[in-house]
Amino acid sequence: MGEIRFMKGNEALAEAAIRAGMQGYFGYPITPQSEVIEYLAAEEPNHDYTLIQAESEVASINMVYGGAAAGARVMTTTSSPGYSLMQEGVSYIACAELPCVVANVARGGPGLGTIQAGQGDYFQAVKGGGHGDYRQIVLAPNSVQEMVDLTILAFDLADKYRTPVLILSDGAIGQMMEKVELPEPIPYKPDKPWATTGKTHDRERNIITSLYIQSDDMEKKNIHLQRKFKKIEENEVRYEEYMIEDAELIITAYGVTSRTSKKIVDLARESGIKMGLHRPITLWPFPADRISELANKNKVKAFFSIEMSAGQMVEDVKLSVNGVKPTFFYGRTGGIIPTPEEVIDFIQKKAGEL
Amino acid sequence: MREGYEVIYQKPKTLTDNKMHYCPGCIHGTMHKIFMELIEEMDLQEKTVGVCPVGCSVFAYDYMDVDMQEAAHGRAAAVATAIKRMLPDRIVFSYQGDGDLAAIGTAETLHACNRGENFLFIFINNGIYGMTGGQMAPTTLEGQKTTTSPFGRDKKNSGSPLKMTEMVTPLDGVAFTARVSGNTPANVRKAKRVFKKALEIQQQNIGTQFVEVVSNCPSGWKCTPVESMEWIVEKAIPYYPLGIFKEPGK
Repeated sequence: MGEIRFMKGNEALAEAAIRAGMQGYFGYPITPQSEVIEYLAAEEPNHDYTLIQAESEVASINMVYGGAAAGARVMTTTSSPGYSLMQEGVSYIACAELPCVVANVARGGPGLGTIQAGQGDYFQAVKGGGHGDYRQIVLAPNSVQEMVDLTILAFDLADKYRTPVLILSDGAIGQMMEKVELPEPIPYKPDKPWATTGKTHDRERNIITSLYIQSDDMEKKNIHLQRKFKKIEENEVRYEEYMIEDAELIITAYGVTSRTSKKIVDLARESGIKMGLHRPITLWPFPADRISELANKNKVKAFFSIEMSAGQMVEDVKLSVNGVKPTFFYGRTGGIIPTPEEVIDFIQKKAGEL
Repeated sequence: MREGYEVIYQKPKTLTDNKMHYCPGCIHGTMHKIFMELIEEMDLQEKTVGVCPVGCSVFAYDYMDVDMQEAAHGRAAAVATAIKRMLPDRIVFSYQGDGDLAAIGTAETLHACNRGENFLFIFINNGIYGMTGGQMAPTTLEGQKTTTSPFGRDKKNSGSPLKMTEMVTPLDGVAFTARVSGNTPANVRKAKRVFKKALEIQQQNIGTQFVEVVSNCPSGWKCTPVESMEWIVEKAIPYYPLGIFKEPGK
């Protein structure tokens, strides 16, 4: 049994990064994620990592680039508008194949938006965000415990695939306090022969770049990247399900809305409705095959994507269901968490029309 | 070696055999050479990590035989910051042009200097965007014609050319600043001495080193290499004076 603490989501993420052997943290304050940099700044004297409060999110993500390419375990964290500023850097990092962890403790948008929780960054997170053909692993915690577990997983997946890993959290998970179990610090021994650490006599110089000016070189690079992304799709899909076995109506939800959705399932079950929940933990790779499998079950009648957005993940649910069953969307924006009651009303109305 | 011949001059072993893509008469090649000579002479090859910019020297890693990273446009200072912080015993430099360092990357440049990041900025100032085809840079001289200032840079519209060395010199974090050129053999030798001093200061870990090179762009300036050297003497150096602006103990 690891150490038990009562922690805020953002602090738990920070503590997990320390225990994962993070060597460099580069960040810029933005609500509602500033506790990450605050926690790490306070803890810095007790550990070996280096922390820089950068001049902008643009600088943070490029410090992540430099630190990762120097062979270190590095992380930055931000919230929605700041994550928008990082998109150029994420694209470069994906192409240069640098392992790093980025967390977006998302708030409601667009624009300066609100500092309340939001899920309107789903498209940006899973469809690219930056320019060019790239993918990144996107992990969506729905508890303070998962802020710990998925942060540690994020560092490992980043190193395993030499790819950026995004933790797409939200202001609710980031700000809430829950009991967490912390793992022992992980002894981290980097083995990164590709890193730019100084060209020793026994090897050629290492070059970290995302520039492939000849078309055939660029295409070769793209083919290589796509093969890697395919491998990730085959091996890294993660999800959690609740009351799914006999479910006729299936809610899909991630992050904070997956918590209220669990309550919705319970309420529906109390009134005799066979409802279940499918919660993607990896938003990319998306659990498309599993959702397709569910859609093809005879007893499954419909899907309901519940989000704090104007309808984003629902597009991936629809692609996975592929028209086999009706798929509905219910969402609130502006930082408003849909209440179980309003969602149940919506689902009952739609189910009645089936 | 043929019999009866002896080597009296050769390029440093820290430069690769790749053919440089720089235009005839461009000072980039000269600066690459003298800097990499120093890396060889000071036995720093195994310890050095460089950062290339976006601009004409985007392929510097094809020529400099040290570990290198290619940064996004303007972000070399942020990249170099992290490299040095993660690997504090290495020699780290960024090699950037004026569009990169003084326009899109001004914030990263100033804040790295202000934090006193212990790496060397090599700032090649040729007053123009060379790689993209001769557009106006923040350092383009007043009245100078470029493809985006076809009637000459107008101060009312574009402001005055930025003097980056003078801007970063007063910052506490900065240990060493200088402006050199590569327009004459004497200035090339001076530039090499200045780079050497900068590298020695980096080894002392006392603050940022910033060396600006008044450079040229015959292709972008639409003149011959010889005319470009004349322009440096007549127009550029009067506005961008050469010399050491700040050094420890002085």
